[in-house]
Amino acid sequence: MAIKVFVPKDATACSLGADEVAAALGAQLGARVELVRTGSRGLFWLEPLVEVATPTGRIGYGPVGVADVAGLIAAGLLSGGKHPLCIGPVEEHAWLKSQQRLTFARVGIVDPASVDDYVTHGGYQGLARALAMSPADIVKAVSDSGLRGRGGAAFPTGIKWKTVLDQTAPQKYVTCNADEGDSGTFADRMLMEGDPLTLVEGMTIAGLAVGATQGYIYCRVEYPEAIAALKTAIAAAHAAGYLGASVRGSGKRFELGVRVGAGAYICGEETSMLESLEGRRGEVRVRPPLPAIKGLFGAPTIVNNVISLASVPVILERGADFYKNFGVGRSLGTIPLQLAGNLKRGGLVERAFGVSLREILEVYGGGSASGRPIRAVQIGGPLGAYVPASQFDTPLDYESLAAVGALLGHGGIVAFDDTVDMARMARYAFEFCAIESCGKCTPCRIGSSRGVNVIDSLLAGDRPAEQRRLLDELCETMIQGSLCGLGGMAPFPVQSALKHFPEDFAPRGRH
Amino acid sequence: MSSVEARERAAVESAIQRFGQEPGPLLVVLHAVQDTLGYIPSTAIAEIASGLNLSRAEVHGVVTFYHYFRTSAHGRRVVQVCRAEACQARGGAALEAHAQKRLGVGFDETSADGAVTLEAVFCLGNCATGPSIRIDGKMHGNVTPERFDALTGRPGRQ
Repeated sequence: MAIKVFVPKDATACSLGADEVAAALGAQLGARVELVRTGSRGLFWLEPLVEVATPTGRIGYGPVGVADVAGLIAAGLLSGGKHPLCIGPVEEHAWLKSQQRLTFARVGIVDPASVDDYVTHGGYQGLARALAMSPADIVKAVSDSGLRGRGGAAFPTGIKWKTVLDQTAPQKYVTCNADEGDSGTFADRMLMEGDPLTLVEGMTIAGLAVGATQGYIYCRVEYPEAIAALKTAIAAAHAAGYLGASVRGSGKRFELGVRVGAGAYICGEETSMLESLEGRRGEVRVRPPLPAIKGLFGAPTIVNNVISLASVPVILERGADFYKNFGVGRSLGTIPLQLAGNLKRGGLVERAFGVSLREILEVYGGGSASGRPIRAVQIGGPLGAYVPASQFDTPLDYESLAAVGALLGHGGIVAFDDTVDMARMARYAFEFCAIESCGKCTPCRIGSSRGVNVIDSLLAGDRPAEQRRLLDELCETMIQGSLCGLGGMAPFPVQSALKHFPEDFAPRGRH
Repeated sequence: MSSVEARERAAVESAIQRFGQEPGPLLVVLHAVQDTLGYIPSTAIAEIASGLNLSRAEVHGVVTFYHYFRTSAHGRRVVQVCRAEACQARGGAALEAHAQKRLGVGFDETSADGAVTLEAVFCLGNCATGPSIRIDGKMHGNVTPERFDALTGRPGRQ
């Protein structure tokens, strides 16, 4: 029997040469092996990470280059032989073993295109339970789990679902926001590429819970690998009877489609996403009405992030009590943290809420990639605050971060070393907002461009005291007056940079 | 009718026929046109508007709202460079400057000989192993200026 060799097809792994390594392994080993293309385990500094199935579990090798392949085979790759690139049994690797992988339990392990493999690894257990439950009981399980929206807003998922369930309408929708535009985040991408059926299962359960028969995944165009993986998974689920006119013979319909964005950060805002799904400019809608009452095509609609929906299967499978046992206070369950930027060991760490930022940066991240001190960390994407070293002991949960004026958002953690120019980063926050503003409200559309000008003037030494006062006022106006989180939060990185790194804003003359 | 016009018209007609019946079809149709042609020709606006029962203003508004949609052909090679924070933390700003100098074009410009289009993108989701670029759809991580030159294979301007 052919020996199974696993090579990630994850976009990051491929950006480091995984396709070429897979081709070299295939060419040199031929029919002796069965090559399986998986997602990534999330240990990105080891990518491409090649694994081989042995009687004692999967043995890993990484980072593997094409030039290493012949040597690996000679060293006995197929029996897990010793080699300088060998990391031993992958599951025993401390970086992975110390994690609490609930949502990402199968990512990097299963063949994302195979329903059989998914079921073998515990997939569709949640759906099986949901099919035996009443819609109200499914919603109750999600409410009781304490799950809050993982896209960034952290709104209780159960309340959204209950609102949609309570509406009487001929048509309801489940939509998945996969417009993961925050820099420093890739959890949605990794899950969609590595275990898309978990998302499909979560959306199917959501459909059963609220009586929706149609779902859409709105995925950003920057993720072609994820789009392909989703389409393959949906077709496979359909063929196996997990989607369609009668899900698993239940008589209940659920159809699922993939829609592709077109390079607009604002479409990660839920009402912009709905506008875009309807074929319009992604301009923010004024709320109320809430999407749960009047959403896609005017129908009651669930809008949830990929990770929220992908956390539903484990909640249904193992129960709300199991899930809420993880975490602290009102931040229950686990959060996939994405270690990005200037870190030695970047990747995905799924842990219960409450792990300290320092542990993430030092124990997992291994400090900066450049070897210099980490000076600032931006948490929660381009609209998140910059956190200084004095706050690295903050626990990563919604409430603790709010208490220090920061936010967790979608869980992206971008580290910067001491060469960072925080005035430049503040200016960039405004510049990004100006590029991505939908233009509907004035504070965001005009304020962001003015912000760039004011910072330029401040740094140029043009009446700095006045510019500083203007900058504070501008931030306040955008926060108070913007229609949505883009204009309303873009000042957060600016204010935090001003507060924690004032020395970077000293006038430096014209450049 | 020139062969280009014929090709454009066929692409637009086919997109409307295949996807015009989808709910909220405009982005789906525009994607299909751009997938086929590489751009959305100006003549397509009226055709799509009439095919989907929309106003020309609505179609034009959507085409121009989204950064991804383009109205003219791109160069023979498209190089996208990520400008977002996580790549900046790993030397992205230096790569942005290098890419423009090396290719001899600014962001969102095509070289005069039509060889290459340089685009700025805001996050490719490759944030632990940046700076990141995509060349004709294929992503590359840990891109130093030297690696950029090797990947783009374009001699520097003297």
